[in-house]
Amino acid sequence: MAATMEAVSGPFIYADVLDYKNLQELVINNRITWLVHYSALLSAIGEANVALARRVNITDLCIQRPRTIYGVSKVHAELIGETDRWRLSCVNKDFSVCPTYPTAVIVPRSIEDETLKKAAKFRQGGRFPVLSYYHRNNGMVIMRSSQPLVGAHRRRCKEDELLLQAVLGGSDLGYIVDTRSAQLAKQATLIGGGSESKSYYINWKRLHRNLERGKVLQESLIKLVEACNDQSNNMDRWLSKLENSKWLSHVNSALITAGLVAECVEREGRSVLVHGSEGTDTTLLVTSLARLILDPECRTISGFQALIDREWIQAGHPFQLRSAHSAFSHARLRHEAPVFLLFLDCCWQLSRQFPLSLQFSEALLTRLSQEVYASNFGTFLCNNDKERPRRKGTQTSTRKSHFLKTNSLWAWINRPCELGRYTNPLYECNSLAIWPSVNPQSLQLWQGMLSVCLNGKPCTVW
Amino acid sequence: MEYIRTPKVENVRLLDRVSSRKAPVGTLYLTATHVIFVENVSETRKETWILHSQICSVEKQSTSATGCPLLIRCKNYQVIQFIILQERDCHDVYISLMRLSRPEKYEELYCFSFNPNLDKEDREQAWNFIDLKAEYNRMGVPIQLWYITHLNRDYGVCDTYPTVLYAPTSATPPIIIGSSKFRSRGRFPTLSYYNHDNHASICRSSQPLSGFSARCLEDEQMLQAIMKANPGSEFMYVVDTRPKLNAMANRAAGKGYENEDNYSNIKFQFIGIENIHVMRNSLQKMLEVCELKSPSMGDFLWGLENSGWLKHIKAILDAGIFIAKAVAEEAISVLVHCSDGWDRTAQVCSVASLLLDPYYRTLKGFMVLIEKDWVSFGHKFNHRYHHLDGDPKEVSPVIDQFIECVWHLMEQFPCAFEYNERFLVHVHNHIYSCQYGNFICNSQKERREQRTRERTHSLWPHMWKNSTDYMNPLYRPDHSQTQGVLRPDTAPYCFKFWRGMYNRFEKGLHPRQSVIDFLMAVKEETQQLEEDLEIHEEKIAKLEKLQVKHNEIKANPRDINKHLGVSTSDNSIANTPQDYTGTAGIFPSCSPSQLDEESSVLILTRDTLKSSDPDLSTNSDQESGVADLNCRSPSGGDSLPSEDSAKDPDSDEAANSAA
Repeated sequence: MAATMEAVSGPFIYADVLDYKNLQELVINNRITWLVHYSALLSAIGEANVALARRVNITDLCIQRPRTIYGVSKVHAELIGETDRWRLSCVNKDFSVCPTYPTAVIVPRSIEDETLKKAAKFRQGGRFPVLSYYHRNNGMVIMRSSQPLVGAHRRRCKEDELLLQAVLGGSDLGYIVDTRSAQLAKQATLIGGGSESKSYYINWKRLHRNLERGKVLQESLIKLVEACNDQSNNMDRWLSKLENSKWLSHVNSALITAGLVAECVEREGRSVLVHGSEGTDTTLLVTSLARLILDPECRTISGFQALIDREWIQAGHPFQLRSAHSAFSHARLRHEAPVFLLFLDCCWQLSRQFPLSLQFSEALLTRLSQEVYASNFGTFLCNNDKERPRRKGTQTSTRKSHFLKTNSLWAWINRPCELGRYTNPLYECNSLAIWPSVNPQSLQLWQGMLSVCLNGKPCTVW
Repeated sequence: MEYIRTPKVENVRLLDRVSSRKAPVGTLYLTATHVIFVENVSETRKETWILHSQICSVEKQSTSATGCPLLIRCKNYQVIQFIILQERDCHDVYISLMRLSRPEKYEELYCFSFNPNLDKEDREQAWNFIDLKAEYNRMGVPIQLWYITHLNRDYGVCDTYPTVLYAPTSATPPIIIGSSKFRSRGRFPTLSYYNHDNHASICRSSQPLSGFSARCLEDEQMLQAIMKANPGSEFMYVVDTRPKLNAMANRAAGKGYENEDNYSNIKFQFIGIENIHVMRNSLQKMLEVCELKSPSMGDFLWGLENSGWLKHIKAILDAGIFIAKAVAEEAISVLVHCSDGWDRTAQVCSVASLLLDPYYRTLKGFMVLIEKDWVSFGHKFNHRYHHLDGDPKEVSPVIDQFIECVWHLMEQFPCAFEYNERFLVHVHNHIYSCQYGNFICNSQKERREQRTRERTHSLWPHMWKNSTDYMNPLYRPDHSQTQGVLRPDTAPYCFKFWRGMYNRFEKGLHPRQSVIDFLMAVKEETQQLEEDLEIHEEKIAKLEKLQVKHNEIKANPRDINKHLGVSTSDNSIANTPQDYTGTAGIFPSCSPSQLDEESSVLILTRDTLKSSDPDLSTNSDQESGVADLNCRSPSGGDSLPSEDSAKDPDSDEAANSAA
């Protein structure tokens, strides 16, 4: 479906794009000279004029259906006109190359699909390097992937090297930010993983920043909740309990690593590849935070939704596995980890330090922190796009058919009657990068995140 | 003046503690009242002023190849490090400052030389700005229940109390005098706050001289009289703010606490706030944490925990809440004391008053509260804040803790306070600055002897004049939360480190955009527009009259500027990355530490030498923004300075989406 526009302000006529005859009639009768027939481009126009988009319901169709390929294709549409170095690849259209990637990804134009397929075999879970963010100011990019399958035998993969070389373009240096310590990365070679060797990727410089994941994060959150829930109301040892949970340390490290990536891109003018091991957790945490720091677009409400949609939901963060139980439950599940919660906390820290630069309010972050665990909506269901069916009728599994019955959280939030609650009234567009302070004195405990376990006690507004 | 060994030292460097930015070189001047550092950069000539009375300690560190470091710690939590080339100059400055920062006589204090050019009449009027008699009237103290006693007219009964005091009607002069003889330093129970709604009151005193078994009929009658001044109540609370152990130890010295058996109808309660020595050490430990150079999250939280500071803040707030509850909910009067009744008692009474009465949450009300519970009741400002050189064991951050309690309440009730954080910080600053006469000496009696009202100026009218700087734009006097009693949450996670006070001068640690400044700017803008509108409407009305007269059409001069040109986000700072790399030298082209422009040291930075107000100017980042550009361009050649260019002034997108 597409709406035909005569002028920027209307009038509007709804038309079914599949009904060719009717379309033809419309074009002739209205003397239409400009026909947008591409959902992503349509939404780009929609975002340039939000009021218009809301009226013709474009956002409903493009952003808010969890089944659209909105994110990736939109970014690609934005790249058209910016650069011809990148292209949209559908190599993964049947999820055979990488089961956790969406069907469409953005890669360097010079790299063929066949090369991608081979490179994918060299990356854990087939997560070959794809574009995460294109920095318009200087054309540098943030890529993400999983770890290379170097293994004990120091395997290499020409195609993977080629792919990364193509990312650099004419530039002579890029940074690989590994979200594991050098030691952990080395240990990973014993089980088939590892990191890019200096001798094969000569133009890439590797930086290691250890971010905790999985069980450690989950334990951290459980300890934090326990500390906050202590009924004794006693100040003794509260701060050591807070320290002992290490939650704020994790927030701190995530912001430091994201700041480092952003600094590489903006200040150093270098492209960055981010990966940890699987590339579905800390990798996404770092790339999405770096985007938030760099890209004013992501700091709008719709941009933030798109960021989560693209960098978390479509990028294959396994929400089902990570947030199966409440983060506040004591059930120690193997795959449970509050990575997304950590991301939201970091966003909150940014919002405290730049109270005027984010269009969304704390209420949106709090809402998301709850929705991700228990939701009336389908937005955070399933682990990746493969599990999310795209059309009715073709799927058989019950989980998939359940998914089809759900609604999008974004559609709910974006209704005018709801949106006000999630809007920061002080917002004014800040076109600059927002560099967070990462000193311990600058970070605070986000009570909003814990509001569920604190039984609705009032939390501070400012 | 005779203490200044060298009035001027050149080629001094000012080190920045947080960032490793290149230290500016400049000239150091010593005057009778200030240390002034003027940077050599010719366009800006940025100045840093430090009042001698703000200097807490001066430390001369061992000489290195680059020069002789001089570390100055200030009472307003600024830490400044100079590097002086010549060891001899450094020594001269050190010796001079050691003497200048420790005046021995009241006459040496800044307030006795500070002259804001007010004539005698204005000065006197300024001193009458806060009128405590009017305050008791405002509380609605009824003459049937309380009366003004002039027993202490010449400070004969108690030399640390004011001359005018309120006593319950049934407490006759002999009872008062008898009771005062049974209390430490004669500080008998007297009225601090009266709750008009239910007659319950907060009274304050010092500890009774009860020892192990002594009793005093008059003192027992005194408490009975206080209870009777609250008609209908069947008992009263006596709150001892000390830990029980401390109070018991005092019994051995013939002091102690009330025995419930001797006093009819009292309920006795210990609260457990530690003494001034514990608090002094606690603050010391916390400041050490603040001074850590790039601490880890763990270091910071451990250090904060070990200092115990937040625990003490919570204890004070808890005590205030206990009293406020008793008064507001149970309608029971409370007598508060500690040992002498001028430290913990002042803290707890003022916190309770603030919780109970919205008036104290207004600008004027807060000034009144400080004058009433602190200044008039003989809080020893001179000893506690080390105005004159004296016993370092007497120094303690008592009022600092009260001010921090207020800040914590402001964080929890953002709409309940007319004043903002900056007001608290400035009041704190002036308690130490000795620029005004309000906080000089230890008691009203001493201030009379020093004739402070004739020889110094009052701070309050000055702050009142600048009240727009101190207003909380979110204040809603009509809000139900604001009007009633505040009921704060005291769960441990509500207590946090007050960065805006203890790391006030490390600007890199603070939010990069100020909500308050933004809102105030919007408010001002709106006001301006409304005024414009009024003028234009008048014009229109006039024109319309003319139109009728001449019967000809004229265009309306409606050219009201619709765009709010408000922008308080500080882009020069907002656009500065932190040191994310941890180790320097990862990047070959420019080390991030060089880019790490953590804004400059600014405390008492002023644009001109003429202005005599040492208020911390909000800051002048235009300058540091320029400096930043200069220092970056040679190193970070390939990182475009485009991000520093001003942002789009009329971004339609923002306007649309915000709409």
